[in-house]
Amino acid sequence: MPPILEMRGISKAFPGVKALDDVNLTVEPGEIHALVGENGAGKSTLMKVLSGVYPHGTYEGEITYEGRPGHFRAISDSERLGIVIIHQELALVPDLSIAENIFLGNEQARFGIIDRERTCARCRELMALVGLDESPDTLVTHLGVGKQQLVEIAKALSKAVRLLILDEPTASLSEPDSEALLRLLLRFKDQGIASILISHKLNEISRVADRITVLRDGTSVETLDCRTTAIDEDRIIRGMVGRAMASRYPTREPRIGDVLMEVSDWTAHHPVHADRPVVRNVSLNLRRGEIVGIAGLMGSGRTELAMSLFGRSYGQGISGRVTIDGAEVDVSTIDRAIAAGLAYVTEDRKQLGLILGEDIAKNTTLANLPGVSTATVIDRDAEHRIAGAYRTKMRIRSFGVAQQAVNLSGGNQQKVVLSKWLFTEPKVLILDEPTRGIDVGAKYEIYTIINELAGDGRGVLMISSEMPELLGLCDRIYVMNEGRFVGEFRRADASQEAIMRAIMRSKDLNG
Amino acid sequence: MTDIPSSKALMSPVAAAPDVATGDRSRRPRAAIRTAQLREYGLVFALAVITLFFEYTTGGVLFQPLNLSNLIMQNSYVVVMALGMLLVIVAGHIDLSVGSLVAFVGALAALLMVRFGFDPISASLVCLMVGAGIGGLQGYFVAYLAIPSFIVTLAGMLVLRGLTQALLQGTSIGPFPEAFQLLSKGYLANVAGSSTSLLIALVLVTALVGLNWRRRTAQIRYGSPADSPAAFIVRNGVAAILILAFAYQMSVYRGLPNVLLVLFVLVMLYGFVTTRTTIGRRIYALGGNIKAARLSGIKTERLTFLTFANMGALAGLGGLIFVARLNTANPKAGVGFELDVIAACFIGGASAAGGIGKVSGVVIGAFIIGIMNNGMSMMGIGVDWQQVIKGIVLLAAVCLDVHNKNNRL
Repeated sequence: MPPILEMRGISKAFPGVKALDDVNLTVEPGEIHALVGENGAGKSTLMKVLSGVYPHGTYEGEITYEGRPGHFRAISDSERLGIVIIHQELALVPDLSIAENIFLGNEQARFGIIDRERTCARCRELMALVGLDESPDTLVTHLGVGKQQLVEIAKALSKAVRLLILDEPTASLSEPDSEALLRLLLRFKDQGIASILISHKLNEISRVADRITVLRDGTSVETLDCRTTAIDEDRIIRGMVGRAMASRYPTREPRIGDVLMEVSDWTAHHPVHADRPVVRNVSLNLRRGEIVGIAGLMGSGRTELAMSLFGRSYGQGISGRVTIDGAEVDVSTIDRAIAAGLAYVTEDRKQLGLILGEDIAKNTTLANLPGVSTATVIDRDAEHRIAGAYRTKMRIRSFGVAQQAVNLSGGNQQKVVLSKWLFTEPKVLILDEPTRGIDVGAKYEIYTIINELAGDGRGVLMISSEMPELLGLCDRIYVMNEGRFVGEFRRADASQEAIMRAIMRSKDLNG
Repeated sequence: MTDIPSSKALMSPVAAAPDVATGDRSRRPRAAIRTAQLREYGLVFALAVITLFFEYTTGGVLFQPLNLSNLIMQNSYVVVMALGMLLVIVAGHIDLSVGSLVAFVGALAALLMVRFGFDPISASLVCLMVGAGIGGLQGYFVAYLAIPSFIVTLAGMLVLRGLTQALLQGTSIGPFPEAFQLLSKGYLANVAGSSTSLLIALVLVTALVGLNWRRRTAQIRYGSPADSPAAFIVRNGVAAILILAFAYQMSVYRGLPNVLLVLFVLVMLYGFVTTRTTIGRRIYALGGNIKAARLSGIKTERLTFLTFANMGALAGLGGLIFVARLNTANPKAGVGFELDVIAACFIGGASAAGGIGKVSGVVIGAFIIGIMNNGMSMMGIGVDWQQVIKGIVLLAAVCLDVHNKNNRL
């Protein structure tokens, strides 16, 4: 069978950087083709070339799609031929309904008047295809990320998709939601729809992919065929980083001290629906030098717990006690929480963690400006010295500290956020998905930093949806579900199965 | 593209952690820095072109000492208010009420001084406090009740205009005491004879070059982009010549106006506050990303409130300068001022989305508008076409800005 898509010798240059250099990619009909590579390897650029975001003529090389040359001048050109791309940042309008979103730009209308019955009926068909059980009139803003993802896919199906491109679809999904999505891809494959899957989750890739193309530094390094030989994760990593990696998690000798922080009976309610508890009677403790994980599914209340603790930055009707070093502390506003020794590294560093237009130095000192100023006058010398010291310590790769945060890669941005919080000299760091969207190499560095933080005698509370990460790093893991803590494991007793069992058992009890 | 050497060698990852190649790398920072510098030069260049254009078309009247003096006085209140508006815009808001506030404060000043016989100083203090109070009240609605600033200040614009008319009961009140008029009409005492202005300018130039040199040394120390020696000499040389030439022209007439001193102090103060103090830094952070700023422990509501109170105080000062110049308070004063002030900010490079804008840019923006007003009037262009041209210049400036930003990505 001839390939559905062939990209040959694709090169794309930006001022000062060659983003793609002679990249080749061939996708066969009805296969799941994984595209892997570190951040900045060129995956997204390649997909933008394919979908017409970068119009024909702004890059070099040839695209052949279904036997014909693909000269796409805009996304609409490629969509008309059935190439649909689903971006990492979902392109849904939150205040429109599921049906309206699915048919946005493709309304089921006659003479400009929308046919509501047909819209609803078609919407139900499409939702059934992706396994989404909601009313077509539900507003997208009321759906979780997992279901929003399904709406995106339904939208793609409505356009008679033949080549579906998913850019890190499971990055923000919980395990069961990811699982469902992957099963959906496998079903599409049976129906002859080819997919290109961009992901950092290698376990998923080695499960579903038929072939894997590895990008490194803007070139296609190799294409691995999983149908003929078994490809394991280490083999993929070797391709991505250019050599074998001894271990995914740095080793650490835990030196655990006295109880540092204790939270008792912590309860928080939804910010809009005051009667809906989101965090229910949570109690936890954290010792010096200890890394404690919080496992749980998306929507289990982990982020809500962390943010409500951190100066009530989430929710209302919050009650409970927090003690640090045995004394009760006031965490009722963010600046008081910071003063009490808390720091919260957000899961959404672009929206909540950084001022993207400002430089590294200004971002580093933002949460502790008094630390670089006398009588409110900022000592820029001191500011640059301190930011420079963190840059060295965190190994932030940039041209000095005057570089804008927006120009940094995900891993380096995360290091800037960590620098900002370390400069407030916290006793307790709450890390929310600290490695989301960060490539393998940089993840290792973040893990090393987390270990160092614990080694300095701080307490680290770490939220993560990647269970292997929690198992690899934490001394203890709390399991959270539906706003409650439903289990606690020491490192030795913890396993992915045990954690999932704890979650499922609690569901049975509640359900 | 075969002539470009393979980028692999340049981009090869640096090994840091054991057995791990680190793929993180920074993208295109230099280009972004260059664009930012270009933007600033572009603004100065635009001002120079506009100035030379009007100097030519008015047959040299623009730079004559009397006109230069008028230019300063006519534009002083725009610059004063633009400093406040810059902070409001950087914080991500807008204030439409400043024109009406100018009229209201002017009317209040007239009532206090002319009707009730307050002395100019205490009357001015009351006016500034009332201005800050009104600004603060609007800020309260914006900051704590989360009402969009556009709507709050639109309401304020109507309310204050109406209150002004009520205060003045439809008439004009004047004249003001002589001492008060000095704020806008007086000149600094020429203690050292006719060359006083030149001497002051010389001291200023020395200080300016000294400060710039210190800044450059610091930039080099931090590894920030700094001027090359040649660029430094050209930049500072041009600035020094301009200041000295200006001072010379002023000394030929009556010396330096009082209001210029007020402007100088305010521009220096706001330049310092925006770039060097924690409150300035926090306002930029708030405008750049309010959620991230809040999660960094910044009290965003209070800061928004303060920027509006500050705007009110500066609009009050603008009102005082304005009535002192006209020597009468009338109900139609300050109509459309908010547009000149907002235009000055956007022409000066402030971003409507917040978080971006500089005092130097806004001052240049205000003078671009001022020189256009002045020059077009002298050329005999009617008010109708003046507005058309100003509108087009504003749109062009913002288009250019957006274009530059897109090119950066």
